[in-house]
Amino acid sequence: MAANSHTSPAQPPAPMAGQTNLRAEEEAVRAGTAAIETYLENYQQRQLLRFVCVGSVDDGKSTLIGRLLHDTGTIYADQMEAVAQASAKKGSELDLALLTDGLQAEREQGITIDVAYRHFTTDKRKFIIADTPGHVQYTRNMVTGASTADLALILIDARLGVLAQSRRHAHIASLLGIKNLAVCINKMDLVGHDQTRFQDIESEFRAFASPLGFADVGCIPISALEGTNVVRPDTEHTPWYRGPTVLQYLESVPIHHDSDKENQQSPGTNHFRFPVQYVLRPNLDFRGFAGWIARGSVQPGDRVLALPSGKSSTIRDIHLYNTTLDQGVEGQSVVLRTDDEIDISRGDILVSPDHLPQVQRQVTADLVWLDEAPLLQDKTYLLKHTTRTLHAQVSAIQWKRDTESFEPIQADTLGMNDIARVDLSCHRALLFDDYSDQRQTGAFILIDSLSRNTVAAGMLRAPNATPPTLEHAMEEVHARSGLGHQTHIGQEERNQRSKQLGMSVKGGVIWLSGLPGSGRWDLAYALERALFDRGHWTTVLDPENETTDSTLSAARACARAGVLAITAFQTPSWDREQWQRARDRLGHLSTLIVHVNTSEERARQRRPSGGPPATPPPAPDITVSLDDAELDAAVDIILEQVEKWSDPT
Amino acid sequence: MSQPMSQPISPRRLRHLETLEAESIHILREAAATFRNPVMLYSIGKDSSVMLHLARKAFHPAPLPFPLMHVDTLWKFREMIQFREQVAKDPAIRMLVHTNPDGARDNVNPIDHGSAQHTSIMKTQGLLQAMEKYGFDCAFGGARRDEERSRAKERVFSFRDSHQQWDPKNQRPELWNLYNTQLQQGHSVRVFPLSNWTELDVWLYVSLEEIPVVPLYFSAPRPVVKRDGTWIMVDDDRLPLHDGETPEQKSVRFRTLGCYPLSGAVESTATTLPEIIQEMLSTQWSERQGRLIDNDQDASMEQKKKEGYF
Repeated sequence: MAANSHTSPAQPPAPMAGQTNLRAEEEAVRAGTAAIETYLENYQQRQLLRFVCVGSVDDGKSTLIGRLLHDTGTIYADQMEAVAQASAKKGSELDLALLTDGLQAEREQGITIDVAYRHFTTDKRKFIIADTPGHVQYTRNMVTGASTADLALILIDARLGVLAQSRRHAHIASLLGIKNLAVCINKMDLVGHDQTRFQDIESEFRAFASPLGFADVGCIPISALEGTNVVRPDTEHTPWYRGPTVLQYLESVPIHHDSDKENQQSPGTNHFRFPVQYVLRPNLDFRGFAGWIARGSVQPGDRVLALPSGKSSTIRDIHLYNTTLDQGVEGQSVVLRTDDEIDISRGDILVSPDHLPQVQRQVTADLVWLDEAPLLQDKTYLLKHTTRTLHAQVSAIQWKRDTESFEPIQADTLGMNDIARVDLSCHRALLFDDYSDQRQTGAFILIDSLSRNTVAAGMLRAPNATPPTLEHAMEEVHARSGLGHQTHIGQEERNQRSKQLGMSVKGGVIWLSGLPGSGRWDLAYALERALFDRGHWTTVLDPENETTDSTLSAARACARAGVLAITAFQTPSWDREQWQRARDRLGHLSTLIVHVNTSEERARQRRPSGGPPATPPPAPDITVSLDDAELDAAVDIILEQVEKWSDPT
Repeated sequence: MSQPMSQPISPRRLRHLETLEAESIHILREAAATFRNPVMLYSIGKDSSVMLHLARKAFHPAPLPFPLMHVDTLWKFREMIQFREQVAKDPAIRMLVHTNPDGARDNVNPIDHGSAQHTSIMKTQGLLQAMEKYGFDCAFGGARRDEERSRAKERVFSFRDSHQQWDPKNQRPELWNLYNTQLQQGHSVRVFPLSNWTELDVWLYVSLEEIPVVPLYFSAPRPVVKRDGTWIMVDDDRLPLHDGETPEQKSVRFRTLGCYPLSGAVESTATTLPEIIQEMLSTQWSERQGRLIDNDQDASMEQKKKEGYF
């Protein structure tokens, strides 16, 4: 553990007098005073609340989670014994933080480096905690944990107050669409359980968090170490505090659902969204669409619209295993059948015809970069959204958040843990909703097509957009790729691929000019062999009936693909300006114009019928002579030049 | 916290087991839709029973779009094998059984070779052989995050490199329910549809859905001997008895099932599901405690997983 006197060593947990029994129903079963059947019936009725718990080692997060697990009676005797032994090994007293320490590597380093999921249950609810480290370099972990959370529990050290880190945590929770915050002002024991200190922190936090759109923010003075207000109210130390304990808050805070809005504003409306995962066709009589109801509900007889096909139909029946349902509800995995045989496959979405999703190829999103490799703007990523995977490029970075101040700043690229607002172009239209309105159809991930890693988490933003008309949606569906007529493979990607294959990837053009009979074709093929042997991709372009321009185009394409293109076609009689234009056409690609300066006499000897004498290029990069047929020497000179070209990786 | 003044009529919200069920079905479908050649690792235990039931639900009325595979160490309880054969009779299911032929030839067993070596050769290596033999790129497993400390950080989609190794530092972040199912050449994935379930959830679901489980989970008089503070069942005559050791009939049951010489039984009178759950609520000990292989060394599960154990 970190050298912090507060988190470690910990006091042995002392059950407090007059404690309320959080698992009374369970207790009654144990005591034999309640029927197990009743217990099971009640247990089934409980809803699930997922929360992300964020803070650093120093905030006492592990101790708080250990305290929650311990005081709700979630720890088995053998686990407790293992923790007692581990604590003794470290020479400390019972350390509740050890209950949640996961991987060996982390235990050795004394830090939590990854998201861990923990469970506990009370008579009221079932809980899944996503336990995430809070330091800036672990932003990606918090984002991961927050993506599925209903609530964020943020720890603040009472001695330090609201830090930049606390603000960042609140911002990220808001970014990920979390509606409820439990702000635990911890280590109250170290500030003498001072009410004023608590109130100062609370008002500072509330002032800062009020524009962030939370539905409910609870501030709770706690001491994870002593157990103050974690599970039980502590009237001895904080008699001035009348609010709920951490657990009471978790047990009673309303669980937010995206569809609450339409249910409250206009009951009866239904923004149904059903991304199709799998088409079940066991026989000719059954064709069902398997999926997960992302929003709203569905009943037999409902009209639905399939996108991107634009075809509508009516729900015939709803299946879950061997039963048919009267209604499918949000969050349920079901199989739907429609009246008409409309063509639907994985990746399509069934929606309410009176409330279409956004249908766009050019979109705006908030991105959290998760990968060690930075964002490349000329690279095409795979974008997974609902059950569809498309190709997308980041066409512009509007701004990114400063890691400390969280203010928007200019950025050319994004690195790990950066949070940014970007514009994306997709090769097909995305069928989506604004993330703050609808998490499941507003979220996406970006995947690197080479490493196959998840490189970014994205939240689509279209805050004031109205649902499109079907006509407009279909126009966008049928529009050409949003990516434009340009390569969808970035230079960096090509380089990475070559690296994977262990090949050198210096794309470039080597242009051998000289008289007919100068020996430039012999040189071209000798050079190709030599370059190949040194691990380069290379080829000789030997055009037949091609113009100079078309040969240059071919050379350019080769060079971009990471190939060294060698050409020795008949050198045109160009002036300086024409040569410069040719160079310009090759742009920033590495280009080597070689003048094969064989004497006219020697050239004529070799090629008596040689055509008209060509004008040598006015400014060759190098000049070699093949008068004495020193092919190897000429190859070496050119190789030396090519090796100087910077390695793109 | 303020409650809204008037509660509008809101649609039914899923209860936690329904939520877990829906998520598991989603995971199973997502993997079946995107991987080339998936398989369900079937260990015959209660978690496998629940996973199989969820798979039936996910694809009904179609047959399972992947086979089941049992890696047989040759030391499973006889009742487990009988149960497996029963399950395999279902025409909607294709059951594969693989045993490490090298281990079988060398008669590798938990008694002479110890639990660690037996598990490594018959279970871990056997599994890797089978994955390669059939060319599976995705294997479903019934592991849960609440089982053990290092499992708490396991992903739902857990990637293995071309040597089938698990690198805890190199796992993909998992956001929302958007699982990245893109594989690099030669890599494979282990998928855990029950990640978010607890032991209690599993039992409750078994009870609610009337899912068949191996009778060894229910208490019955069984021949046992006491070893290292736990009851070991004498399931056949391969278990050598120590001097002066005689099997006695005890009313016992098992919380987890594996190779019989490595699975500790608990004394119990629970013969029904509600009684099992009642006993679970009263117990002082976690479920893996009866599993002797986890305690081989500190952080031993993590070590096994790095080597390719499920």
